[in-house]
Amino acid sequence: MFKIVNREMMAHGTIILNEIEAPQIAKKAKPGQFVILIANERGERIPLTMANVDKERGTITIIYMIIGATTKLFATLKVGEGYRDVVGPLGQPTHIEKKGTIVCVGGGTGIAVLHPITRGMYEADNRVISILGARNKDFLIMEEEMQKVSTELRICTDDGSKGRHGFVTDELREVLETQDVAEVVAIGPVPMMKFVSLLTKEFNVPTTVSLNPIMIDGTGMCGGCRVTIGGETKFACVDGPEFDGHKVDFDGLMRRLQAYRLEEDKASCECTLEAE
Amino acid sequence: MYREQEAKYLTKKERRGIPRQPMPEQAPTIRNKDFSEVTVGYSITDAQYEAARCIQCKDPACVKGCPVGIDIPSFLEMIVEGNLNGSINKVWERTALPAVCGRVCPQEIQCEVVCVVGKKKDSEPVGIGNLEMFISDWARESGVKNQVEVAPPTGKKIAVVGSGPAGITVAGDLAVKGHQVTIYEALHKPGGVLLYGIPEFRLSKSIVDYEIEQLQELGVEIVCNTVVGRTIDVDELLDEMGYDAVFIGVGAGLPTFLGIPGEDLNGVFSANEYLTRANLMKAYEFPKYDTPIIVGRNVAILGAGNVAMDAARTAVRLGAKKVTIVYRRTKEQSPSRHIEIHHAGEEGVKFEFLTSPLEFIGDANGKLVGINCEVMELGEADEGGRQRPIPTGEHKYLDCDLAIIAIGTHANPLLTNTTDGLQLNKWGNIEADKATGKTTKERVWAGGDITLGQATVILAMGMGRDAANSIDSYLNAEEEW
Repeated sequence: MFKIVNREMMAHGTIILNEIEAPQIAKKAKPGQFVILIANERGERIPLTMANVDKERGTITIIYMIIGATTKLFATLKVGEGYRDVVGPLGQPTHIEKKGTIVCVGGGTGIAVLHPITRGMYEADNRVISILGARNKDFLIMEEEMQKVSTELRICTDDGSKGRHGFVTDELREVLETQDVAEVVAIGPVPMMKFVSLLTKEFNVPTTVSLNPIMIDGTGMCGGCRVTIGGETKFACVDGPEFDGHKVDFDGLMRRLQAYRLEEDKASCECTLEAE
Repeated sequence: MYREQEAKYLTKKERRGIPRQPMPEQAPTIRNKDFSEVTVGYSITDAQYEAARCIQCKDPACVKGCPVGIDIPSFLEMIVEGNLNGSINKVWERTALPAVCGRVCPQEIQCEVVCVVGKKKDSEPVGIGNLEMFISDWARESGVKNQVEVAPPTGKKIAVVGSGPAGITVAGDLAVKGHQVTIYEALHKPGGVLLYGIPEFRLSKSIVDYEIEQLQELGVEIVCNTVVGRTIDVDELLDEMGYDAVFIGVGAGLPTFLGIPGEDLNGVFSANEYLTRANLMKAYEFPKYDTPIIVGRNVAILGAGNVAMDAARTAVRLGAKKVTIVYRRTKEQSPSRHIEIHHAGEEGVKFEFLTSPLEFIGDANGKLVGINCEVMELGEADEGGRQRPIPTGEHKYLDCDLAIIAIGTHANPLLTNTTDGLQLNKWGNIEADKATGKTTKERVWAGGDITLGQATVILAMGMGRDAANSIDSYLNAEEEW
């Protein structure tokens, strides 16, 4: 068992943080890489990009939003309990080097994944402008942590309850129009990454996105996580999870993420019945 | 009538009159609705009559035909005599996985094809595979354990990467020789292809679990959730973790796609994904198990090998209304075992031979609705003497809401990319010496599909055996220095 040593609730309990004992993974993990977790004997394999790694404590941190049957199950796990299986680190690490001004754009739980990458960029002496987006101020996570690793932090909310009243793309456009940007890293919901990539394409600024398609083994065996990148089929688990945002077929990705919609509804439904 | 007497009392002449005993199977219309094993297995009486058909050749061709060289005439005669304990121990001398081999080995191209009994007019070869299944099932069900003697500890440590057939064989052989063996497995359960690839109805997972337990009883340690090349790498195993040798048996790897339009539509799967969901993740019991699987109504399987048959028969059991194997060559050219095509047909699977897919067609929501295909015909023979399928220009449309691509796999670069000093062939498979499995990297051996491309369980086991011998002599020689 991989024990949970710390658990936090964020955004009114809709987002959960788990710090998990996994010394072997912590030893190797780099920003941008992911793990696959299984809650119990009957559980499914869920890939999540790591939000933090503590090599000394031998722990990794994941942050997830409660959306389907399995994340609901994950959310029931308390400190001292744990996951039956955790495997990783998987995928290619983020390419971090000194490039100049980097804009890190995060939305929803994507901010959790963006954090270690932002820190890496910041520690590599880049000037980092972070733009975070959320539905409203209560759903904004990790603002303080992001502040610490950014030269400048900008916030956008859909309802204007904090920062700019608008989308991250509005804020990003302003930055791109006024400054020389070496790279944009965007991690969040697929539509957000799509519109960020369309925008940066206008300005011809290299853009990295991190994809989270459906996968099983995470080592290249099943091909379920295939994404179309510049017309070519790539496997997010071994070739990614990060790709050139200008080449990603986001519409195809969105469609594939819906593949099990009917089955997932069925699972959630049965869970509710059992609970009753 | 031969059944009037016990097999062991029959004369040589009477033995020759015994016909091949049919393998009892569940009826097709019953078994195609659940995942329990198709083959029921011989009773002891069936087994003794079948074994009595062996004429005990002085120079048995079957033993040479077996990739691991099981002493077939001896284990058969012991069955006839009723010495089942002796018989299973005879089998265990050469294979750690008889219950698996009895079920999934292609005996018809190995031991049984050369059987002298089968050469006679109107006679079929001895059912060696069926008997191997019988004797190993008997041992498991009666709690008879492999009493192979484990040599005293040598103090040598070996890491085996991958817990499929090659890895299991290497680990078992080296443990018996007194070495300390650890298997590293990437998935959350050990067994490799035996677990994620071969369906329950062909090889019950309880058998795989049992074989793995046997291995652990020999002292082999199994560490799951460890991707060598990511969680740890080969050089760490050798230099930091104190392993004297490493065996790589990571299997076949990446699924090959057709490279035709529409392959990213919802409803198009690789056989690896489809079978892994069903077998490893038990998606056929969804939602009792959490992993979902799409139950198609109208399913097309592209390819006609053993994996294609497994996928087709899985789709039937999940409740598909129509399941069709689509293959660009003919039935005779199919790389599948005859028994697999036969079983699939019995269970209601349809076949479209000389049909080559051109394009997957989707609806407005990106969901698969059909496949455009081209009708093929057989043209001239290639270098191997096999007639090539050539396009006729005539098109054919197949309705389907689920398509499963089963045209093979290619080497997974995950481990090889992160390991210096391993020479690969042009397909990315590890170059290993044919006789010993030795790679170009010092203290590293390899075997199974990562070296062969795609082969069978038993060939991987044969390579595992050779590698284990080579590793053992290397470790002993090292001692003498």
